[in-house]
Amino acid sequence: MIPVLLICIPLFTGIIACFLPNAKTAKSWALLASIATLAVSLLSIGLQKSSSQLMFDASWLPLLGSRFTVSLDGMGTMITLLTAISFPVIFVGTYQNSYQKPGAFYGLMLLSQAGLMGVFCAADLLLFYFFWELALIPVYFLCSIWGGEKRIAVTFKFFIYTFAGSLLMLLGILYVYMQSPSHSFAAANVTNIIWAEGSQNSVFWLFFIAFAIKMPIFPFHTWQPDTYEQAPTAVTMVLSAVMVKMGIFSVIRWLLPMFPDASAHFSHLVILLCVIGMVYASLIAIKQDDVKRLIAYSSIAHIGLMGAAMFTANASAIQGVMFQMFAHGINVIGLWIVADVIEKQTGTRKFSELGGLAQTSPSLAILLVIMALANIALPLTNAFIGEFLMFSGLFTYNVWLATAALVSIILAAVYTLWMVQKVLYGENKDVATLTVKLPVGTRLMLIVLVVVIFAFGVFPQPMINLTTGMVSSITAQIK
Amino acid sequence: MSTFSQLVYLIPLFPLVGFLINGLARNSLSKSLIGVIGSGSILSSFILSVLIFTEVNAPGFSPVVVKLFTFINVPDFEIDFSFRVDQLSTLWLLIVTGIGFLIHVYSASYMYNEGAPHFARFFAYMNLFVFSMLLLVLGGNYVIMFIGWEGVGLCSYLLIGYWFKNNDFNYAARKAFVMNRIGDVGFLLAVFWLLAKLGTVDYTLVFEKASTLSTFDVTAITMLLFVGAMGKSAQIPLYTWLPDAMAGPTPVSALIHAATMVTAGIYMIVRSNVLYTMAPVTQGLIAIIGLATAVVAATIAIKQNDIKKVLAYSTVSQLGYMFLGLGVGAYTGAVFHVFTHAFFKALLFLGAGSVIHAIHNEQDIRKMGGLKKHMPITHVTFLLACIAISGIPPFSGFFSKDEILAGAYSANPVYWVVGVITAAMTAFYMFRLYVMTFQGKFRGTSEQEHHLHESPAAMTIPLIVLAILSVVAGLIGIPEVFASNAHWLQQFLSPIIAKPHEGHALSHSTEYMLMGASVGVALLAIVFAWITFSKKPALVDATGAGKFLANKWYVDELYDMSIAKPVQKLGSFFNNIIEKNIIDGLVNGVGKSIQYAGRQIRLVQSGQVGSYILIMVLSLVLMVILVFYGNNLNPIINAIFK
Repeated sequence: MIPVLLICIPLFTGIIACFLPNAKTAKSWALLASIATLAVSLLSIGLQKSSSQLMFDASWLPLLGSRFTVSLDGMGTMITLLTAISFPVIFVGTYQNSYQKPGAFYGLMLLSQAGLMGVFCAADLLLFYFFWELALIPVYFLCSIWGGEKRIAVTFKFFIYTFAGSLLMLLGILYVYMQSPSHSFAAANVTNIIWAEGSQNSVFWLFFIAFAIKMPIFPFHTWQPDTYEQAPTAVTMVLSAVMVKMGIFSVIRWLLPMFPDASAHFSHLVILLCVIGMVYASLIAIKQDDVKRLIAYSSIAHIGLMGAAMFTANASAIQGVMFQMFAHGINVIGLWIVADVIEKQTGTRKFSELGGLAQTSPSLAILLVIMALANIALPLTNAFIGEFLMFSGLFTYNVWLATAALVSIILAAVYTLWMVQKVLYGENKDVATLTVKLPVGTRLMLIVLVVVIFAFGVFPQPMINLTTGMVSSITAQIK
Repeated sequence: MSTFSQLVYLIPLFPLVGFLINGLARNSLSKSLIGVIGSGSILSSFILSVLIFTEVNAPGFSPVVVKLFTFINVPDFEIDFSFRVDQLSTLWLLIVTGIGFLIHVYSASYMYNEGAPHFARFFAYMNLFVFSMLLLVLGGNYVIMFIGWEGVGLCSYLLIGYWFKNNDFNYAARKAFVMNRIGDVGFLLAVFWLLAKLGTVDYTLVFEKASTLSTFDVTAITMLLFVGAMGKSAQIPLYTWLPDAMAGPTPVSALIHAATMVTAGIYMIVRSNVLYTMAPVTQGLIAIIGLATAVVAATIAIKQNDIKKVLAYSTVSQLGYMFLGLGVGAYTGAVFHVFTHAFFKALLFLGAGSVIHAIHNEQDIRKMGGLKKHMPITHVTFLLACIAISGIPPFSGFFSKDEILAGAYSANPVYWVVGVITAAMTAFYMFRLYVMTFQGKFRGTSEQEHHLHESPAAMTIPLIVLAILSVVAGLIGIPEVFASNAHWLQQFLSPIIAKPHEGHALSHSTEYMLMGASVGVALLAIVFAWITFSKKPALVDATGAGKFLANKWYVDELYDMSIAKPVQKLGSFFNNIIEKNIIDGLVNGVGKSIQYAGRQIRLVQSGQVGSYILIMVLSLVLMVILVFYGNNLNPIINAIFK
């Protein structure tokens, strides 16, 4: 029942939220709903792995051979937990922001959460596609209605990108369906097709491009900085903390098991693209003058590492990806919250206009520095564990690619500390306006995130244990 | 017999707690309480370190590994969060906590003019620095060492940029971090290499299994680790951050240069001496890099006018010596020099701080002079340190430097010659510094002169303690020629070091001759410097070759031109050309043509949102068609994909 609850709570509360008239009610309603989801998600960790509570199966579209099958394994539990944590943190962290038509805003946010939960739980390929779209559609509306000045053009670009990906994936799904002997979309079925040699190769790309756009992997990434910049920050947080994980998750859940041969065959190319993307995005990040765009490019670089690590077929690397999905989600929310507070209170995101905030807002400075350190994967922060495992796996795969990829951690220090310096240090240019007071909720959420960052940085093993089983079954499948 | 050793985790815990208290309660604590917490935590660690030392020094001691918990456990490897107590780590514990404590006490007075929250911030960073260094030293494997390794990098960043209003300082801080990061990448690669080949990073297991490594592997691993050491210990080509690190408050420099951070590279290589002894190629490179660093830094130090810059380049140069020692296999000599250098370099920096304090933040030695009558304690202690670093017997620097030079001679006499020339330069620039600061007449403003004063006891007592240690610390390593079996340090470290270096193969007469030559040259340099600068202090800007040295061989400019600028340019090129025009241009082209097509069929008039819904609906229709009639389309689809 748990997966069903994870999907249904945000779905129904989201629909109701759309009809709530005033801002306060909508905010509280959304917050309560997301906390309820979080409670259910926390419950799922306590359960035994094979518990029947973690599975649900019902007839859905019998004509199509598709069933409503949802289940949670270690990876699913981990990523739904991330989703469940993210939403209340985002709601509280941006509590002071006000929106026109608040009911619709929060309703769409919750609907998107429902879609995300569905993507992470679905064990049926068509159902997966359904939820994939359910997660994305609300985001189009959120961006195009509540976004910044250039929202229409940017949302259109975002839409074209992801929609192109979705279409390709849909074609791929149908092709796989045709190939499966019993004409069914069930995960067990589509991952056990016996392919003639080389026949996986073209269909591999249909899925890969869809996932690559979502992550995004170079050169499919240019929607991302624009969208992150223009979307309302709460939506940007959902996009970067959880939604990009859809791409990574789907590669591990679907792509690798469905097309193990093609994945191995193209791994060189994919990893090369990812590594190029890491260095490329890091170099671009150095030249940004905007907090949000810097975080966006930094995020592309970090995701690139996860992309490369997934395709190494190395257990440590894939373990690292699992760990990093969670860690990156937590850390990037922290960065966005800080960026949002700074923008809302100073009226600018430009480095050239900021400076000296450490003088007037010491708590903000401390929290931003910690988030920055997590962003450069300093040891004892959670990101170090993930990156360490991924780099060690990548090293086993290929020494030179690992070395090239490691250049990005030097560059990460360059641009992250540049951001810290430009925002916090130097003389305060205008003490009257350049002051940031952290609202209580925001401060509280940042502290929670800091605790999570260090907790998993010092004691990573529980999180690793959660996904060990999944990692060994994946590596067995693709070997 | 290892009761205290089992409690080793308390040693880093005390400074960590100090960091947390001072950091979190910075707004509510009084300055004296902050100072007591900051210094007290280090003192507690020092006391425990001494107790552990007595256990380690007792006969029959075997290394103690205290495992706290399993840090990372994946199928390919397991990494424990464990601490290792043995001779090497204990020695470093004493240096880090002992000198660290003195520097903390000194800071409580030196930084007293800061506002309480900043005072607390300072002590919090200092405690965190010591904590990181202790993790680095105590770690039972390379990963725990790496935690401390990056941790000290972070703390140096925070402390160099402590006065964050000044953007020059912020740049210096960032430069330190980034240069260290470059080294860290080398360290990380070495760790991955070890994991890939041996499946472990635990010291005991790595050294046990080291013989299974191929020569290529062991050379690569040691080279990569050495890259890490270049960053942390400021060797060519990654040394330029250390002189800039002077931007931090003076006690920070003392901490970085003497007790923590820069000695990390030497610690790591001595820790890995089993591997290095297997890789003669790496050793040769280390010796050459060390020697080159020693010479280059010494030439630069001769022409610097900032009191802290002279000391900074002298540190770089002395570290070069230590690496020379490591490169020729004189591991004990290198450790010995770390030990003695820690005392006199801490003393020099704290003395410089005392001077800077007295003349209201003036650091230019051209505007000093004649301070000996105003600051007797600072003067005497500083002079003792200068004698010690110049290698004059029986001061401590003599013994440790001599041991390295003897090792260098038996490896290659050319190393020895260059080493002695460097020693002469060292003596020269140290006494240039001393004479221009303390002798002659005061050259500052009369207002400054009026305020000249000796520093308070909290500052002078650490100076006196360090001065005594700088004088006598050499006694732990009396060479064989003077008395047999009197080299306590060598006996103490013998379980750690795979095989003793060959320096002792030298005949006694050769050794006396070498000593005589290096001491004679150093004395000459001192006399020369004294005569030159007490008569006529060098007050004008250098010209010609001197200008080249004063500008530090233009290495910063070279790096800026060959690395920093091209990276920035590449970033701009990617950002402005590739990203905006090529990739985005393609995508926008696709988008525009869709919009164009949409306008042509006049279906998208209701605005963008409408068009999305339309396309969604169309796609769903397509999906349904495909699904229902899919079987009929099968041959077509198959044809497309085949």
